[in-house]
Amino acid sequence: MRAFTMKRFASLLILGAAFLLGCEAPPPESVQRGYRGTGMEALYNPDTLQALVNANQVPAAIPAVSSEGPKAGDIYQNVEVLGHLSVGEFTRLMAAITQWVSPDQGCNYCHVAGEGFEADTLYTKKVARVMIAMTQNANENWGAHVGGAGVTCYTCHRGNNVPEQVWTIGVPPRRAENMGHMMQNVAHQESSVYTSLPIDPFTPYLLEDGVARAQGDTALPQGHEASIQSTEHIYSLMMHYSDALGVNCTHCHNSRAFGSWEESNSERVQAWHGQQMVKEMNNAYINPTNDWLPAHRQGPLGDAQKVNCATCHQGAYQPLLGANMLADYPNLGALAPAPEAAPAAMEETPAPMEMETSSLDQGVMGGEAN
Amino acid sequence: MREYQNIFTQVQVAAPDYPGVPIGDEEYNRTSGIIHNHWLGKLGDAQIGPIYLGTLGVFALIAGALAFFIIGMNMFASVNWDPVQFVRQLFWLALEPPPPEYGLTIPPLNDGGWWLIVGALLTLSIMLWWARTFRISRNLGMSNYLAWAFGAAILLYLVLGFIRPILMGSWAEAVPFGVFPHLDWTAAFSLRYGNLFYNPFHMLSIAFLYGSAVLFAMHGATILATSRYGADREIDQITDRGTAAERGALFWRWCMGFNASMESIHRWGWWFAVLTVLTGAIGILLTGTVVENWYLWGMKHGIVPAYPPIEATPVIDPMIGGAQ
Repeated sequence: MRAFTMKRFASLLILGAAFLLGCEAPPPESVQRGYRGTGMEALYNPDTLQALVNANQVPAAIPAVSSEGPKAGDIYQNVEVLGHLSVGEFTRLMAAITQWVSPDQGCNYCHVAGEGFEADTLYTKKVARVMIAMTQNANENWGAHVGGAGVTCYTCHRGNNVPEQVWTIGVPPRRAENMGHMMQNVAHQESSVYTSLPIDPFTPYLLEDGVARAQGDTALPQGHEASIQSTEHIYSLMMHYSDALGVNCTHCHNSRAFGSWEESNSERVQAWHGQQMVKEMNNAYINPTNDWLPAHRQGPLGDAQKVNCATCHQGAYQPLLGANMLADYPNLGALAPAPEAAPAAMEETPAPMEMETSSLDQGVMGGEAN
Repeated sequence: MREYQNIFTQVQVAAPDYPGVPIGDEEYNRTSGIIHNHWLGKLGDAQIGPIYLGTLGVFALIAGALAFFIIGMNMFASVNWDPVQFVRQLFWLALEPPPPEYGLTIPPLNDGGWWLIVGALLTLSIMLWWARTFRISRNLGMSNYLAWAFGAAILLYLVLGFIRPILMGSWAEAVPFGVFPHLDWTAAFSLRYGNLFYNPFHMLSIAFLYGSAVLFAMHGATILATSRYGADREIDQITDRGTAAERGALFWRWCMGFNASMESIHRWGWWFAVLTVLTGAIGILLTGTVVENWYLWGMKHGIVPAYPPIEATPVIDPMIGGAQ
């Protein structure tokens, strides 16, 4: 009786062990990124690594063209942010943007067929202008975050009209009348990475001037103020950083002292500049577009769809795993130079060859879009 | 040989109803019903009741049930009275303390007011239950080890939810009621105050907590291993030779050179358990009130090792120098 029980017990144990072995994920690939023993390691799951690489392939670049010749701003009307490009460069970039942002709709996503290209009839065209300036600004002024690889439209759009991961100001979930809500403790929210942490960590830190500093930098209390609630907001924001980049805390921090800069990797400084950059993008570029955005491009509170880390990174520690697309499209590398002539003078200039160049554009861009 | 054992017994002890020792005047506090349950008899005593409920027990249960009910209704309201969402999101839902802007003032009911009421009710319930442990001990002619052990745990509860928030001047420092949310609080608390692992009282509390588990396993295993010699009658055997008690003691003397006595092992266990929550309570009480950042405190007092810099150029706070 007893022997039988023992045997049964032993075989159950072996079966269980075999079952668990079959379930176990393959050993992660780890890369040491900090002092030994601190657990500062990058971990990669070999099963999902290939999928990440596949998802971050860069489309083939359109052959480069000469920057010589007449400038787009002199040939076309109503060119504000790309007027300093040569006509060839301008046309090439238009074709690329069509590929990146509206491959299905083609030129007509921003331009109305039959109207001149200069018309600002569609909101999409006006948004495109702002987004181009935003991209140029990121590349020119935010090297501390985007580095040499820079960003292009494709970094975020990846063939979508609107990048897949954007955010709007959060609203509390449906609740009983008169019920307060602290904007946390909601299940299945991507914005809080499925935790019960605050569901809108973006508004305070990526739109408003919230300073994400939970810890005081003195051993004893000397007036540093941060509530547990604001700490949970920061925690939620950090979960977003981690999720958006596909990294763990130790990509930037030594987890024994999250607040200490001396113990951190330099990526933390880069992330800090990223926060400032995103804040500027949302306030200086995206929010002003809200005046003419249609309702389906707005959040429940009527605000424009905004940028966070995931908009560009999309699960990779560097967007597109660090591929330098900007090298192929250097025209996005800097803001348009300040106009030399007064705007009034520009308006007086007649529009030479407008119809011809337009049809030329249409031919090239139509070909790309199809 | 069939032996009487609990978890799981081969032999059920089927006995007639046994009301327990008489307690004189306070007899009325005890319920009269006695039932016997075979399945519970596999785990412990098969006789259920009579229960000593008493006035204290009745009011403790009422206050506790009310607190539980209010927490549940607040959670239910936060999903707009949707029973499916209530079940689906239950582990995420919470009754949160007031936001920090209220300080120690009384907030509106829907913005932390219910949290304060629940805290008061739950505290009342626990204190009544505590008084009840004294009273039952007295009626049974016992001393008060149980009550004081429970009191140590109550101290930790009060420090977390009442004493420390008052010292910090904000109810928002206290713990929310909710499954995941109270765990978020725990993590955020450590993050806010510079890593609780560098709090020496947290260290002590962990040592006593793990120590309690080890002691409990050692003692439990020793008694079970010698129960064939009647170790369950350990106090009878405490001074005798060749008994289960002596064999248990000899095992540890031979194994590690030192052994507790049959009496002292229980003091070891009691103190480890009590010190777990006492040191924990001290650690929580000091956090934020007199220590801002436990990591920096540990650096200052030489309990944190310094590591060489990771990168060739030191990483510097980008906000130093007025940058924003």
